[in-house]
Order: sequence, then structure tokens, then C-alpha cells
Amino acid sequence: MAERCDVLVIGAGPAGLAAAAAAAGQGVDVMLLDAQPRAGGQVWRHDIAHRAPRRARHALRRVAAVKRHFGIRVVDADASARMLRVEDALHAREFGWDRLILATGARELCLPFPGGTLPGVTGAGGLQALVKQGWPVSGKRVVVAGSGPLLLAAAASLRAHRARVLAIVEQAARHDVHAFARALWRWPDKLAQAVQLRARLLGVPIHYGAVVRAARGDGTLCGVEIDSAGVSVELACDHLAAGFGLVPDAGFGRLLGCELTAATQPAIRVDALQRTSVESVFAAGECCGIGGMDKARIEGAIAGHAAVGDESVARALFAARDRARRFADAVAHTFTLDPRTRTLADGETTVCRCEDVTLDALRAFHDARAAKLATRCGMGACQGRICGAALAELFGWSWHGHPRQPLFPARLASLADESLARRSCP
Amino acid sequence: MNGMVHLRIDDVAVEVAEGASVAAAIARVTPRFRLSRSGRPRGPLCGMGVCFECRVTIGGEAHALACMTPVREGMQVRTGG
Repeated sequence: MAERCDVLVIGAGPAGLAAAAAAAGQGVDVMLLDAQPRAGGQVWRHDIAHRAPRRARHALRRVAAVKRHFGIRVVDADASARMLRVEDALHAREFGWDRLILATGARELCLPFPGGTLPGVTGAGGLQALVKQGWPVSGKRVVVAGSGPLLLAAAASLRAHRARVLAIVEQAARHDVHAFARALWRWPDKLAQAVQLRARLLGVPIHYGAVVRAARGDGTLCGVEIDSAGVSVELACDHLAAGFGLVPDAGFGRLLGCELTAATQPAIRVDALQRTSVESVFAAGECCGIGGMDKARIEGAIAGHAAVGDESVARALFAARDRARRFADAVAHTFTLDPRTRTLADGETTVCRCEDVTLDALRAFHDARAAKLATRCGMGACQGRICGAALAELFGWSWHGHPRQPLFPARLASLADESLARRSCP
Repeated sequence: MNGMVHLRIDDVAVEVAEGASVAAAIARVTPRFRLSRSGRPRGPLCGMGVCFECRVTIGGEAHALACMTPVREGMQVRTGG
């Protein structure tokens, strides 16, 4: 039997929390779902050793009365029946909605490089997430690499957990990052955050115009080679946290039939009121385009208000959203990936980690479909979530057609015998 | 506020703070969570339930994501699958 609600919000990060808070009250029945065991999303992920930031605590308090179901994975959804099937650790469940708000966030872009599959090599946000939930880094030597503001945030988190951050390896050029820093006066709160972050990273060298050439190790990571503005530098380390920015997690929107943008990394297309192309389905935050927490919170609030018919309240937030989107554009411009980041892998480098497919094995193909059929690239457990985004960058391959259920690997029992399951097996 | 939780990783007794992930507990024993299709060692990549590189056997259930599973007292975890 499906549990019904007026407004169903998928994702309990900044956008989803803002959406749920905006929609709740006035007798509207709101339900919040998330894959993680706790609310906060990635940016406000619960840290077992440190208190949540003030804004996160505030956002969580505002939804204290909202019904929720966490630790779930979406199995299937049907936009016309307005039904969603999920599974948790034990059961499959169905939820029905009148209006749906997607706040599914982003994933990290992990580009392939030699040695990138060695244990000890993670995403940048990846290691930050692991450390917040107790992964031991005290006294460990860490190199943080890739691109974007997330590198600084991750490095600061790692330091707070007493890791020794040896270096930050940023692919963007020094003059671009400095020009961006000089323009931050236009966003005083961002300037204050940047100053704070730099203070927390005092003494950590930042290499600009620098990339990881290779991770080294026999069985586990023991060091990295970086190319710092043309000079090769070897660093012995225990962890390499490498992330090349974020990509929208639009998979659930795609499953529902929402129109996506035509970008290399597609996002869910929305109108001014955060409505998607599918009736009664809204989207907010990183899944509609990477733009950071402020954009996510404002879009979430707009979606929440719009979903319950408070259009004028939603419209009052447009100016703030425009401002947040301008900041997002400045970040995207500054940290645009240099073509060098797409040529780090050599022929032997593993691109599809699930099926152990190397770059050489993929070069013979012209599109994702042909490569998948011949090599099983992107057909393993992660279903192309990691290598698909990488190959979109490397080869411009458009990875997905219409996704098939289940959206994530699911137990057979979760697929069996209920209404949505019949549709899954035509 | 945080108590400690005791579990076994490949028959090694481990103690971690309540609220920690199974991935964090495994990291105290081994950096190698599983073997890839061609037999190479792998560990977590994304930390958020996307990459499936951290999958292990928890309490007899195969393919459980260590990064998404909070530790519980008495858990038995097998790596290397």
C-alpha cells in the first residue's frame, strides 16, 4: 500500500530542506526522502566529530516536524501514476505524491589518471564525506587535487580531522583564480567565507595550473606525481583526494521523463518557478545546474513555495536567485577544465572501474552505445555513474538513453509483485 | 554523547565511534575493500553511495555499501568479495 502525501521531496540537502520547509505548514502534508541515513546532503553531511554549521542546524530545525524516510534507494518511479518505489535496508515501499520536488544534488566528477583505482585514491568530496563519518586520517599525509572551491573545503575538513594536507593541486591557472578572488567583493558573504577558508589552510601549498600525472603504489597508494606548471613533483602520501568538480545528478529526473539541458553534463531543465517539463514535478539545487549552496537553498525555497501555490512568495526570491546564479557562473568560468585534464589517462588506465575497461579498449568506438555493447563499459554496479560522466568529458559521449528500472541495483524482492514492477518488465 | 561500537572486520575486532560508517571501521583494518573483476584491489571512491567500490558483505548480505551503512554493535563484515 503506497503512502500518500501532498508534496514529496527527494533529497535532504540544502535545496530539499529549503523546499520542504517552504512547502510545509498551512495543512500541506510534506514527506522528505533521502538515500543517506541522515539529513544534510553532502555539504551539510553529519560529522560525527564536529558540530553542524549554524545554517545547517537552522535548516534542520525548520523541517523538524516534516515526515521523513532516510536510508532509501529509489528503485522505480512513474510520473503519470505519481508513484515512487524505494527500498530501504529491509523493505520495498511505495510513495504517492500530488506534487514532487527533485533535489537530488550532484556527484563528483572523477576523471581517470594512471593509478586512479588504487585503494587510497578517492574523490575530494569523497574523502571529506568518508572522514566526516569516522574514516581515520589523523596524522595521514593527504594530497588534494582536481579543481574548484570544493578542494579548499575538503582540505579544511581534512585538517580539522588532523590530517596532514601536503598540497592542493588545482588545475585552474593562478591568474584566473586570483582574478576571481579580486571580484569576490561583489559577494561579501562569499569573500568572508573565502578568507576564513584560507585561514584554516594556512601553510598548505596550493599549486595552480597543476594536475596529477599518476598515483603510485603496489596494491595501495604510496605517492603521487604532479605536474606543477610544467615541473614534475613527486609527493609521498597515504591519500589522494581528487575531484574535478561536480556534475548534476539528473538520473531520477531522466527516469521521470523530465527534459534535460544540452550541456556535456546534463541538468534537469526548469522554468522560473523551478517547474520541470513534467506536470507537477519541480526541481531545485545542483540537479538543475551546479551552483553551490546559496543557489540551492533559494531554488529549493522557490520550488517549495511554487509547489503549494504561493507564487508571489516564490517570485520575491527571484532577485536573490539571480545573484546566486551570477556567482555560480563566475565559479564555473574560473574553474573551467583545462584540456590537459582530459588527457591524464594513458592507454592502460582503467576508465570503467566496475568492468575494468581501459582507455585503449574504448578508443576504437565512436559512441557510448557501441562501447557498452562491446566492452561492458558502464554496465557494472555503478551503471556508468562514474565512467559515464568521465567519458562525456573525454570523448563528448552522451551516456544515457532513457534509463531503465531499477535506478539503482535493487533486491529482487523489491521488484516483485507490486504495481510499478509490472511496468518494469514489458 | 558518542559511545563506542564493536564489530568484526574479517575476524579482526574493531572499535569505532557510534555514528561512524562501516567504511570507516574497515579502514582501520585494511585499505582493500574488494577485488575488481580482474582481481585488483579497490577501496571507496565517492563516499556517497554512487560508485559501489566500497561494497562488502555485512552480516551475510553481499554487495552492501560500506560508506552508506552506519556501524552497529556486533556487526560481522567480510571484505575482498
